[in-house]
Amino acid sequence: MKILVPVKRVVDYNVKVRVKADGTGVETSGVKMSMNPFDEISIEEAVRLKEKGVATEVIAVSMGVAACAETIRTALAMGADRGILVESAVELQPLAVAKLMKALVDKEQPQLVILGKQAIDDDMNATGQMLAALLGWPQGTFASKIEISGDGISVTREIDGGLETLALTLPAIVTSDLRLNEPRYASLPNIMKARKKPIETMKPEDLGVDPTPRLTLVSVAEPPKRQAGKKVGSVAELVSKLRTEAKVI
Amino acid sequence: MSAVLASSPTGCIAENPFLREEHIALRDQLRRFIRTEVAPHAGQWEIDGMVPRSILRRMGELGFLGIRYAQRYGGSEMDTIATAVLAEELGRSTFGGFAITVLVHTDMASPHIANAANAAQLDRYMPDIIAGRKIAAVAVTEPDAGSDVAAIRTTARREGDDWVLNGTKMYITNGVHGDVVLVAAKTDVSAKASRGVSIFIVEAGTPGFTIGRALDKQGWRSSDTAELVFEECRIPAINLLGSENRGFYAIMRNFQNERIVLGAQAMGEAQAALALTLDWVRNRKAFGGTLWDKQVIRQRLSMLASRVEAARCLVYQAAWLDAQGRDCIKDVSMVKALCGELVNDVMYDCQQFHGGMGYMRESAIERMVRDARIQAIGGGATEVMLEEVAKRL
Repeated sequence: MKILVPVKRVVDYNVKVRVKADGTGVETSGVKMSMNPFDEISIEEAVRLKEKGVATEVIAVSMGVAACAETIRTALAMGADRGILVESAVELQPLAVAKLMKALVDKEQPQLVILGKQAIDDDMNATGQMLAALLGWPQGTFASKIEISGDGISVTREIDGGLETLALTLPAIVTSDLRLNEPRYASLPNIMKARKKPIETMKPEDLGVDPTPRLTLVSVAEPPKRQAGKKVGSVAELVSKLRTEAKVI
Repeated sequence: MSAVLASSPTGCIAENPFLREEHIALRDQLRRFIRTEVAPHAGQWEIDGMVPRSILRRMGELGFLGIRYAQRYGGSEMDTIATAVLAEELGRSTFGGFAITVLVHTDMASPHIANAANAAQLDRYMPDIIAGRKIAAVAVTEPDAGSDVAAIRTTARREGDDWVLNGTKMYITNGVHGDVVLVAAKTDVSAKASRGVSIFIVEAGTPGFTIGRALDKQGWRSSDTAELVFEECRIPAINLLGSENRGFYAIMRNFQNERIVLGAQAMGEAQAALALTLDWVRNRKAFGGTLWDKQVIRQRLSMLASRVEAARCLVYQAAWLDAQGRDCIKDVSMVKALCGELVNDVMYDCQQFHGGMGYMRESAIERMVRDARIQAIGGGATEVMLEEVAKRL
């Protein structure tokens, strides 16, 4: 069984993001970029399935600028077998990514696609669901546990109030949540081995997809600064402040 | 703490033209390891006076202890630049004692085996060293011989199939808990000092080899440092490392590597201190604004940041020269002299700008001030390094 895992290059989660002065987006020049943490979890899960003998090949896919090859290389160092880079100068929105992924699924014929439930840059939480719809495959989103048996997969999902377990028939789409696993470190020998693993590069037109954005970004702004808190001496003072200053009761 | 581990406030790292993709991948893995496995626990290691062996083994599993060593022993055959990345990131951890525990093992002790050992010795020691199962120390310095290596008094005399060691070694990092010690001893007392030194592999537990005492230091508290005593310590002849009487040159040879590593570590410490201090002064309120609003403070920090960036470039240039196999003694001596002093300048101002908090044991900067002092002394004191530079000007 082949597993396809898309990995997105995003601003590193440790970076304090700054909005560009003109409000057209966040500053990315000179900023450290890394793999979307949810995608790291997806790669980890796929590699574990391969180590268990359930999967035979793990393919990491990234889309965007040429530097996305570095993100693929990280996935290869974690244990993916090969990479596909879809190079595009155009900003890729979830629908375009889902269409490109569908074209890759048609080409590679995987039985399972594991995606991050969302990317930490735009928090869209859309690509997995769109891909499932385009393929007509069942989907198990926000997975905190998955188990494959025969041609089925059981997906435990974190929902309000508890855990829900779905039984899906393969091929299927899974999106990973934070608690699915803890991604491994890429060991140095594996980082060096990853340099020899193949990365195939293609363009959206090679896959017959028009990636032109359908959504227009209006503006990006900093959230309002949080005001410092106040200490109150008694419940009576609290109630009085809530009434007269905060005007919430 | 978060400020350091998020690199600079924007997360932006000055572009470093010497780094290739695999160097950056190594740096990313090291940062994650330090953030999750080191930073939360190293305060306790400072109290314990040692780094847990489990951490070193974990670093071994991840390949951090075999960066330049042969693949057949588990190494990754990377270059001196990668070594500088390791040292810089360990320095950025803010725990100098942890950093030096690792760096003495990887870059000051074990290179003697990697450089000079015969096939049997390599097979016996390198896999365990790279995996972190055996931790190495190097014992050259003595109570009466520091930078002046030729003045050592420890002797080794040949008796049949054995060598018998007598003498005392001082300030030996990894000396208390290390498993393999590389000991420099005089094997020809009649020869010119530099032509009568040999290096021996001595394993912990060898009869006649004892730890005189664990030493109590100003800084580097999580690093174990010992006085080692050899009294009629008998080791088999096969434990001679490299050629007899050529040890002085082996020690000199690895000095360049040691000093690049110490320079990189110091600049990692300096960057971390600046990041912590920037975070502090931007938030600390005084006289109706933040400390950052005071021109004198932001100008002093800006100049320190500029000097650190320049010194860091020199570190990587020296590492690059070394990686090319080019002579770099002048450059490396400059690195050691410059970085050892600069890190202390940085710590002085960073502690100053932390105000009273910087004097408290609970602040990272207080520990970093103590840890930095040795950088101008150990591994080639500034004055000795400047003479090496002067000879080549």
